[in-house]
Amino acid sequence: MRLRAAVVAAALAGAAVQAQPGGVTFDRILHADREPHNWLTYSGSLDGHRHSLLTQITPGNAKDLELQWVFQTRTPAEPAEKFEATPLVVDGVMYTTLSPNHVVALDAATGRMFWMYSPRLSPLARVCCGRINRGLAILGDSLFMGTIDGHLIAIDAKIGKPIWDVAVSKPEQGYSLTVAPLVIKDKVIIGPAGGEYGIRGFIAAFDAKTGREAWRFNTVPGPGDPGHDTWPTGSDAWQHGGGSIWVTGSYDPALNLLYFGTGNPGPDWNADSRPGANLYTDSVVALDPDTGRLKWHYQFTPHDEFDYDSTQVPVLADIEWQGRPRKVMLWANRNGFWYVLDRATGEFLRGKPFVRVNWAEGIDEKGVPKRTLNATPEGTLVYPNNQGATNWYSPSYNPRVGFFYIPTWMDTYSTYTKGPVEYKEGNQYVGRFPTMTVPALRTGPGNVNTRTPQEGWGAIQAFDAKSGELKWQFKMSDVTDSGILTTASDLVFAGGREGYFFALDGRTGAQLWKGNVGGQVSAGPMSYAVGGRQYVAIAAGSAMFVYALRQ
Amino acid sequence: MTRAIALLMIAAGAVAAAAQEHSYTQADIENGARLYQASCAGCHGQNGDMVPGIELQRGQFRRATTDAEIVRIIQAGIPGTTMPPTSFNETQAGSIVAFLRTSSPAAASGRGGISVARGDAARGRATFEGKGQCATCHRVNGTGPRVAPDLSEIGTIRPAGELQEKLVDPSANVRPGNRYVDVVTRSGSKISGRLLNQDTFTIQLIDSNERLVSLPRAELRDVSFVKTSPMPSYRGTLSPEEIADLVAYLVTLKGYRP
Repeated sequence: MRLRAAVVAAALAGAAVQAQPGGVTFDRILHADREPHNWLTYSGSLDGHRHSLLTQITPGNAKDLELQWVFQTRTPAEPAEKFEATPLVVDGVMYTTLSPNHVVALDAATGRMFWMYSPRLSPLARVCCGRINRGLAILGDSLFMGTIDGHLIAIDAKIGKPIWDVAVSKPEQGYSLTVAPLVIKDKVIIGPAGGEYGIRGFIAAFDAKTGREAWRFNTVPGPGDPGHDTWPTGSDAWQHGGGSIWVTGSYDPALNLLYFGTGNPGPDWNADSRPGANLYTDSVVALDPDTGRLKWHYQFTPHDEFDYDSTQVPVLADIEWQGRPRKVMLWANRNGFWYVLDRATGEFLRGKPFVRVNWAEGIDEKGVPKRTLNATPEGTLVYPNNQGATNWYSPSYNPRVGFFYIPTWMDTYSTYTKGPVEYKEGNQYVGRFPTMTVPALRTGPGNVNTRTPQEGWGAIQAFDAKSGELKWQFKMSDVTDSGILTTASDLVFAGGREGYFFALDGRTGAQLWKGNVGGQVSAGPMSYAVGGRQYVAIAAGSAMFVYALRQ
Repeated sequence: MTRAIALLMIAAGAVAAAAQEHSYTQADIENGARLYQASCAGCHGQNGDMVPGIELQRGQFRRATTDAEIVRIIQAGIPGTTMPPTSFNETQAGSIVAFLRTSSPAAASGRGGISVARGDAARGRATFEGKGQCATCHRVNGTGPRVAPDLSEIGTIRPAGELQEKLVDPSANVRPGNRYVDVVTRSGSKISGRLLNQDTFTIQLIDSNERLVSLPRAELRDVSFVKTSPMPSYRGTLSPEEIADLVAYLVTLKGYRP
């Protein structure tokens, strides 16, 4: 009870629950390392590490982790309505989103609710893969959420009432906002999902105070813009060229560069209408966050036919490279390779497969994949499968250990069969769905897996960022849609479709603890502290689970 | 028995039945209000009494008594009448019922003792921000303090008659989300604020300094509801015309995506 009393005392003194004056300034987000008890942005920090500096939970005591509270989403999620959000925690208050676009403020120590906000959504919203949302951004006392019907809404963090609400894109054309927005300086950055509906993707910045659009960068360049020549001339293929945005980007304040990964070109699986590299799909783009101007780009999968979205969190690491310190970007891609890029210039430094890959023989010294396979009318068997070697769920980087941790689908394959496709507004614009042995979405209750290992399995993999060497693999029977959290006590937290959430030794991969959450983990874990007590939170099934050490 | 008394009895019976079936959350009521304004008010009217023989907010229905029956009618419509089927799911239809069951019948209809005067919204806004000093406590569209209820969408949540009633009798008809509590801790500290949530073991409120506060009851000596609204009555301090103007302004506050 001693700790509990301390929490109360702190609460009454206002420390545990009182927001600092002015709320969450951008300076606080920029220096999130100064307040590790909070989680102020999707990845915990702007460098995309998903690495908590809290050290109360250690490899030595992780076995004493115990469930503290559960928050059930109020509307029972439909099968495809996965709980993919990472919560934010600010000074004892947790904010998160529930499918499709509810927002709640909870006491982070007990899970009890302060308020809930539910905007009315247009019935025109179209989503390929579940009416989901991946979380919020915060600046000052305002929360920001994208909605499945294409709105960006600022919400008062104290009382859960909307401050402004702007229509960013048209739901009837298949644009939807599912990504957790990113706040950079005084702007809210967001872009639309919809890569299966023939959208033309963009990244847009909105004034956090007013909601006014400040700039927009089209991820498929229009006529006259650089890169437009990677689309066929005399065709409107570029207008439905994809390049969706559905995973939160990262930011380097010293370089003043904003990084986002972009989605697949459209149509997904029949590329006949779009000869060319199809920039800037399946790429990372580095933008000036003040203007939206492109500084550099790197395309992971030119002329993609396998749905290899590059919608992963860019992980910004400062490592020794060939004897010198270098600002790099680590990127485990859906296409089966993991990359090291120079994040100042976009220069390709290394690209190595982290799963079985057969669509390319490797990557040449300029960073271009040596392509061996294409989709055919007869069907082409391709490793990794359509859902990729990894996907949107966050990797993690622990700078203390120098390891890059990747949630991985091992040994998966798809057969891609090219089919006819025609653009019709609001309809799917894909070609023909590939066949897979592992379902893209786990639907229905329960956790059933009757596959052979040759049909795919899951792993958490640890690679040495500097040498590229595989350090360890934690093997799972089923695949994983879980993000990874590392901590400064060198723990790794992750889960998977099987419905477990677990802690591993980040140096060895040894399993230290597991909790049965009874539903798939399809979200990223995060950590925070209230009243001096460290918590780890994970969304699983349709509920949020929060753990701490037994007292 | 006069017709009016009979109606009252029907209404009371319906409310009692509803109370047995459901407890409505403030979120349900507000969502229901929005849906009602968007999809139902066109035919049924702001006060639910525009279709002859039906007074939705008095619990007077032709073909339904229970919440479940009303939900079914909202979803399926009534064949052979102008009541169409809707695409509302059960939760949405249920929230409309929550709104209908909880909006004040007397105030909503503008009958039952009070009539709603028509005012000027622009003058009302000036009174809101000036002489009435409403903006010193209430928040509208992101501006103003947060301890008193946010009024950004009050025009969809409360009918005009109810707003007029509140201006002269603030302690009447306090909605569940607008209740205030005084808390005394074991060490004697006092915290006052608007109640956000409570359970057997904890209580959540937004205190007078706009802090979100969550407290374990075991650490509290006393929790009491504030019976008298902290809002002043404007009877006598504002003229009937000024109150009418205020109401006219408040009903224009429809929030975003009403």
